[in-house]
Amino acid sequence: MTFDTPITIALSKGRIFNETLPLLAHAGIEAVDDPEASRKLILATNHSAVKLLIIRATDVPTYVQWGAADIGVAGKDVLIEHGGEGLYEPLDLQIARCRLMVAGAKGASLSGNQLRIATKYVNAARTHFAAKGQQVEVIKLYGSMELAPLVGLSDLIVDLVESGNTLKANGLVPLEHIMEISSRLVVNKAAWKMKHATVVQLLDAMRQAVESRARSDG
Amino acid sequence: MIEKKHWLLPEGISETLPPQAYALERLRRELLDLYRSWGYELVFPPFIEYLDSLLTGTGGDLNLQTFKLTDQLTGRTLGIRADITPQAARIDAHQLRRECPTRLCYQGTVLHSRSDALAASRSPRQIGAELYGHGGVEAELEILSLMIESLRRAGIEDIYLDLGHVGIFRGLSSQAGFDQRQEHALFAALQRKAIPEISGLLADYGTDEPTAGMLVSLAELSGGDALKVAADRLAGASQPVQHALDELRRLAGLLNKRYPDLPVHYDLAELRGYHYHTGMMFAAYVPGMGQEVARGGRYDDIGKLFGRARPACGFSADLNLLLKLGGGKHQVEKAILAPAVDDPVLLSRVQQLRSAGRQVIQALPGQPGDAEEMGCSEVLEQQGADWVVVAHASWNLKQEIQESTE
Repeated sequence: MTFDTPITIALSKGRIFNETLPLLAHAGIEAVDDPEASRKLILATNHSAVKLLIIRATDVPTYVQWGAADIGVAGKDVLIEHGGEGLYEPLDLQIARCRLMVAGAKGASLSGNQLRIATKYVNAARTHFAAKGQQVEVIKLYGSMELAPLVGLSDLIVDLVESGNTLKANGLVPLEHIMEISSRLVVNKAAWKMKHATVVQLLDAMRQAVESRARSDG
Repeated sequence: MIEKKHWLLPEGISETLPPQAYALERLRRELLDLYRSWGYELVFPPFIEYLDSLLTGTGGDLNLQTFKLTDQLTGRTLGIRADITPQAARIDAHQLRRECPTRLCYQGTVLHSRSDALAASRSPRQIGAELYGHGGVEAELEILSLMIESLRRAGIEDIYLDLGHVGIFRGLSSQAGFDQRQEHALFAALQRKAIPEISGLLADYGTDEPTAGMLVSLAELSGGDALKVAADRLAGASQPVQHALDELRRLAGLLNKRYPDLPVHYDLAELRGYHYHTGMMFAAYVPGMGQEVARGGRYDDIGKLFGRARPACGFSADLNLLLKLGGGKHQVEKAILAPAVDDPVLLSRVQQLRSAGRQVIQALPGQPGDAEEMGCSEVLEQQGADWVVVAHASWNLKQEIQESTE
């Protein structure tokens, strides 16, 4: 693929970056620097018109919404908390997959009013319990949610569960499934319109990569 | 004790200082003069109205955006306008009641209780024009042309136009037989082009082919060639959808004839403002801005709710944003400083310059600050019996003032 318009892609370090690279490679984009080795926040690629921004996962929708990046990769969890306003999210990349779950001590009660829920995912937690007709008190935390029920800060937690090992190590168990989470390709509205040909070409190449990988996995 | 910050303005509320304030005023005058030259009559709708009439025919989005208070006289709820378009529609339908096409324009501050999607401002200065009484694409073409002309007058050249039509989604939605809740959920997903969610919702609703396929493809029916692709993909759609596509095609043809170099992007899923728009919708984008800079469309139903159905279309933009994007085009030339000398010759020279449109500041005796600090690029200097305008560099105000007061 050739790039005649400049394209900026926002990614977060770690799992999303590592799992997005093969998809970008399918569109002919390769990172020149390794974000783990480099402290640079703007990474060059093999195309001079294509740049990668390395930012915090929760900041990806904000950068893309304001047009500071044309395209980004963000987890569905992050998009739900952000609200997704002013963004397009046309493609499920099927990467960085995990589940958003309610967890707590073994045998902890899921019913009852005014349960205290510690979570980083305030919107998702509120929507989930409201849909069940339950009034809950949500306590916003920024990390180590597993600690909250152990020290009596909350009754339950809402957190992303991948293997369940962190929960297990802290004597907690997953209790209720909220939703499947995976990362989405997000596109700035103005970029979708003004750089349409390039954006759609990139989107199609990544969609093909996702589909061919699903076929080889399945 | 925490120091009180009395100077702090509420979030998203801005004020305009010199020299931008005058630049803004110049742009406002230029645009209103432009609208006048096209036959658009100026109206000043009130800043505050009964909430019911302010929200007539609009959706829940505008309700959320509207600041409300209670009228102490009647106990009724008042709203501070968040959008002038419905007010102009009320004026056309109820106050003017003309049979012939009516063209109205306005400029005023609106307030948003929450900022409009991206724009951080909660107090945009809305400027816009509305055309009532003609339902054809020619009316939309006129409004679009005026929008493009407005942007150009503001100094914005690199414009991308985005065109869509509410009738396509509405038509497909009624073809699928959705109830209001279903239509709402699908609309939200379509606004985000969230194709995985759209497919999920359609599967939940048990929507049959080919309608389901057409709704999914709507999300990606965008781009310069979207109308051609739509002819094929939406071939099985109902008559209202075909009619909307025909209207878009006609407008596209007319636009191309008038603005052959204007990049036009079609997006059949773009339905922002959907709750009061009834037909064509459009927005202008410029490179470097992550959101639209002007927008508009057709909204035939509002007038009906004010007692008289009138076709209507219009556009609006935020004057603050237009000024910012236009760069220095509306910067004003600097002032001339006249010394604190009481001389009839100087006085008549000053009057002459002022009536020629220049800004002349008369210095006050013993005042601090030189011409530069006073924002003047030139000064009046006595040469023989006459006073002439010279560049200020060689001039020292303090010295002159001392001499003149001695």
